[in-house]
Amino acid sequence: MGIRFILMVNKQGQTRLAQYYEYLTLEERRALEGEIVRKCLARNEQQCSFVEHRNYKIVYRRYASLFFLVGVDNDENELAILEFIHLLVETMDCHFGNVCELDIMFHLEKAHFMLEEMVMNGCIVETSKTNILQPIQLMEKSS
Amino acid sequence: MASTTSSIMDTLFQRTLEDLIKGLRLQLIGESAFISKALEEIRREIKSTDPHTKSNALQKLSYLSSLHHFDMSWAAFHVVEVMSSSRFSHKKIGYHAASLSFSDSTPVLLLITNQLRKDLTNPNNEFEVSLALECLSRIATTDLCRDLTPEIFTLLSSTKIFVRKKAIALVLRVFEKYPDAVKVCFKRLVENLDSTDPHIVSAVVGVFCELTSNDPKSYLPLAPEFYRILVDSKNNWVLIKMLKIFAKLVLLEPRLSKRVVEPVCEHMRRTGAKSLMFECVRTVVSSLSEHEQAVKLAVVKIRELLLDDDPNLKYLGLNALSIVAPKHLWAVLENKEVVIKWLSDEDPNIKRESLRLVMAMVSENNVVEICRVLVNYALKSDPEFCNEILGSVLSTCSRNLYEIVNDFDWYVSLLGEMSRILHCQQGDEIENQLIDISMRVRDVRPELVRVGRDLLIDPALLSNHFLYRILSAAAWVSGEYVEFSRNPFELIEALLQPRTNLLPPSIRAIYIQSAFKVLIFCLHSYLLQRESTASSYPDTLALSELASKREMPEGSDLATFKAPSHSEQDEVFNPRVSNQSSEELSVGNGGDRTINHGQTSTPVTSENIFTYEAVVNQLNLIELALGPLTGSHDVEILERVRNLLCFIELIKGEILESLVQKEENLNSAEMKSSKIIKLMSDAFSEELGPVSVSAQERVPIPEGLVLKENLNDLEMICGDIQLPSSISFSLVSTHYEEGVGASLPDLQSKEELEPPSEATSLLAEHRKRHGLYYLTSEKNDIVANDYPPANDPKLQDDQNNDTEDLVKLTEQLLVSKKRPNQAKPRPVVVKLDGDFVPVSAKRPGPKDDSLSGAVQEVLLGNDTRTSTSRSNPSDKSSSKRKGKEKLITDPSSELNENLGDAEKLDHENPSSRRSKHRTHGKERRHKSPGKIREEREENGQKEKKKSSHRHARHKTRQRADVPLNVVSETPVIPDFLL
Repeated sequence: MGIRFILMVNKQGQTRLAQYYEYLTLEERRALEGEIVRKCLARNEQQCSFVEHRNYKIVYRRYASLFFLVGVDNDENELAILEFIHLLVETMDCHFGNVCELDIMFHLEKAHFMLEEMVMNGCIVETSKTNILQPIQLMEKSS
Repeated sequence: MASTTSSIMDTLFQRTLEDLIKGLRLQLIGESAFISKALEEIRREIKSTDPHTKSNALQKLSYLSSLHHFDMSWAAFHVVEVMSSSRFSHKKIGYHAASLSFSDSTPVLLLITNQLRKDLTNPNNEFEVSLALECLSRIATTDLCRDLTPEIFTLLSSTKIFVRKKAIALVLRVFEKYPDAVKVCFKRLVENLDSTDPHIVSAVVGVFCELTSNDPKSYLPLAPEFYRILVDSKNNWVLIKMLKIFAKLVLLEPRLSKRVVEPVCEHMRRTGAKSLMFECVRTVVSSLSEHEQAVKLAVVKIRELLLDDDPNLKYLGLNALSIVAPKHLWAVLENKEVVIKWLSDEDPNIKRESLRLVMAMVSENNVVEICRVLVNYALKSDPEFCNEILGSVLSTCSRNLYEIVNDFDWYVSLLGEMSRILHCQQGDEIENQLIDISMRVRDVRPELVRVGRDLLIDPALLSNHFLYRILSAAAWVSGEYVEFSRNPFELIEALLQPRTNLLPPSIRAIYIQSAFKVLIFCLHSYLLQRESTASSYPDTLALSELASKREMPEGSDLATFKAPSHSEQDEVFNPRVSNQSSEELSVGNGGDRTINHGQTSTPVTSENIFTYEAVVNQLNLIELALGPLTGSHDVEILERVRNLLCFIELIKGEILESLVQKEENLNSAEMKSSKIIKLMSDAFSEELGPVSVSAQERVPIPEGLVLKENLNDLEMICGDIQLPSSISFSLVSTHYEEGVGASLPDLQSKEELEPPSEATSLLAEHRKRHGLYYLTSEKNDIVANDYPPANDPKLQDDQNNDTEDLVKLTEQLLVSKKRPNQAKPRPVVVKLDGDFVPVSAKRPGPKDDSLSGAVQEVLLGNDTRTSTSRSNPSDKSSSKRKGKEKLITDPSSELNENLGDAEKLDHENPSSRRSKHRTHGKERRHKSPGKIREEREENGQKEKKKSSHRHARHKTRQRADVPLNVVSETPVIPDFLL
């Protein structure tokens, strides 16, 4: 299914956003997040951004204090996923203006909404910033 | 009354999600208490009749569930309630909660079908449609998919791009859950490939990429459309997906690759995006590897990646290189210095990839050097990577029954060396290989015994529990092949040294059993020697007879081999007697005596060690060392100790007695014990051989034997008894096909010339220091554990194991590809029929048989319909008649005919191919079993009724679709792109 899950985790290993595209029970999610955080957060800037985990890959990137971790199938293009992460951050930047961890914490719904515009059922369906932000801006106007 | 007031209070003073988050941030320690309080509030609030309060509570609950993993399944019904709210902001919260918490087993799923249908068909608010689509893509079950397929079908051609692209992405899940939906939706999905809107194309290509990766065969007919997108699209995301699709399709249809290779290379050359370039490279190396030009270009690009500073590109470069390696090793060799350089990268992932590549370069010409370099490198690495290196060395060398190992002496000593590496955790694998080699390669046994002795004799190794398995193998080998040992007494001492009490019981039992075997050998040798002295036989003959007993029945032959080897030995050690002829030596005892005197300082040869004193000493030693173990609680140990001690008791008396009468008549007195010893020796010298994996299957099961009876009760009774691993080796004796040549005695004499290793002195030193502990009872349970580590990496530092040297060395050995053949021929490796690993496990079939079936059916249904409706009447009737005729003919002969037909097709010119092809396809269709055909036609008609929409490109489709009909019968598929 391409993308299996998207996680945002801070430096302390606390999950700030979790979006799964396949159903996992709470225990499975907890275990998965724990394992991934242990694996990825221990790595430094000079090491590559790809980690093999179980039967899939994790592509991650760090922005300030926040790690963006994307779990993908093995044949997914790693560089494209990195670009996707960057696009996600740019989009958030665009909306929140210099996005930080707190923005995502307090506007989790919006972050989810953006993600839902970009990724549907594990496939990337939208890559244009304006298109992603259009519905959310409309909604803000109406409320 | 009370409940209404509380609900009003809740509404007025409800904490919002923001309050909750702020509160959470303030809690440094009492977070769980805070959350459980919040959950309590939520449970109350969520029952409120006020939609705002309710949705707010649900929002908080979703937050806690999503980020703090609190269960929210209990709120499923409330979720449904909020979903059905008329306000969009509430509905959104409800849908989000549903997609977060609902699973296939959620009972309330049955309640939401109508709500979803209502929202999906909402004409005014596309955002509500989008919410429903998004939620469905996460929670849709088979039932939901079945019920909502018509709505989704309508949305697939929605004029609103925003909705349509989401509907397209949803189709993936619908197909997976409810394959019958393919009949309805597939055609529309395909039409979207032609869309002018880039977002639609992007979404639909994503869906096809996923579908194709699961079952490429079904989508082969769509190749022309895919090809068009591959050539025309400017969107990198789409192109990457397209390349993934073709990487799968090309493997099925080789002719497609000729078409695809050009555009792929073009993209690779032109694009500025690394992601697309890498995808092109990966496609070429994985699926187009027979196109040499393309591979060359790809390797150039890989090299660029490898030399980049970005660790990501480095990693991907190595990754791509390891895909190329099996088919184009030259690509790896070309980049070897970079690959080896990254072996010392700081990123473990990169190191691992480059290790994989280094192992790919190993061949039988360079295996010795590469392994040497890698093992030295492992000494310096961190424990994890060290073990990875060792693991890959072990698996590479043992591949295909040690295919690449020519020099087993080297390999066995490498195994010994690996065991001594500080972080080595490959005990199990090394154990298996030691045993396996000892049984398969008889030429290597002397070296094995030497390596085993070095391991056993080093007391420091006994403190490393990772080595226990290796030590057990060493003990077994030493016992089993003791006749190759230089000094069996030393082995007994090593096997019974006090620190063996650190070993687990199962392995200790192996130690004791091995000591038993060694003792028998010593006694037997002693007796033979005595006999021969008494009857003034030459020692050499007696001993060589002994040594040969197991190896060769024709002892006399060996004796003649042995004699020259002895003369060689003399030449080295005793120049005085070197001019003596070998005959003299082998006949006269005097010659031997001089040798023995001359050798007192050098390692003892087997001739002079079996003295009476030595034997008695050993018997005493064993009695002392094992005496305390008669109280052991482990059955295996107890059993073996008893065996050994009773045996000693049995023979000791007579042996002691025999001393008194030594010079007189020993024959009568010693008859009994020597008989026993001879018997035991015969028993132990029974050859153990490798056993075929399938051997067990060949044994017929006797009648009345119930093998599948439940033995759980038994397990409960003897649960804690561990079987010693030696049992698995001692099964059946098999015979070798070939005897050993003259190399055996050669090796033996060579071995005898070697100076004593440091381990002997280690043991001696240990004995000096801890003499107190030797030969005493085991009351001192705690043995001092203060030995220096067996293998301090610092000690090895002087060895040339720097990375630069690594590069240099490896370069050298890689450059000299063709090395002169080894002087030593490769020894025989015994192979059994059961050893051959099955070529490959059964390839897993397509995951979704029903899905692929449905897809094929739709494509076929299209075809049936279009071909009957489009073709002119005369054509139709003729083809029908033809079909009827075919039905009568023998199917097998027809199959051959068709195959031949298809082969011919390739050589025909394109213009004639087309027409011919069509008829060909029709014949096939009619040939397929009637029932299936009927069903298909029915489907076609059904669909015809459903959609009056006629596809614009039926002509191409028809041509492409036809062969799919027979995919299961013949692999013939036309070139879609011609």
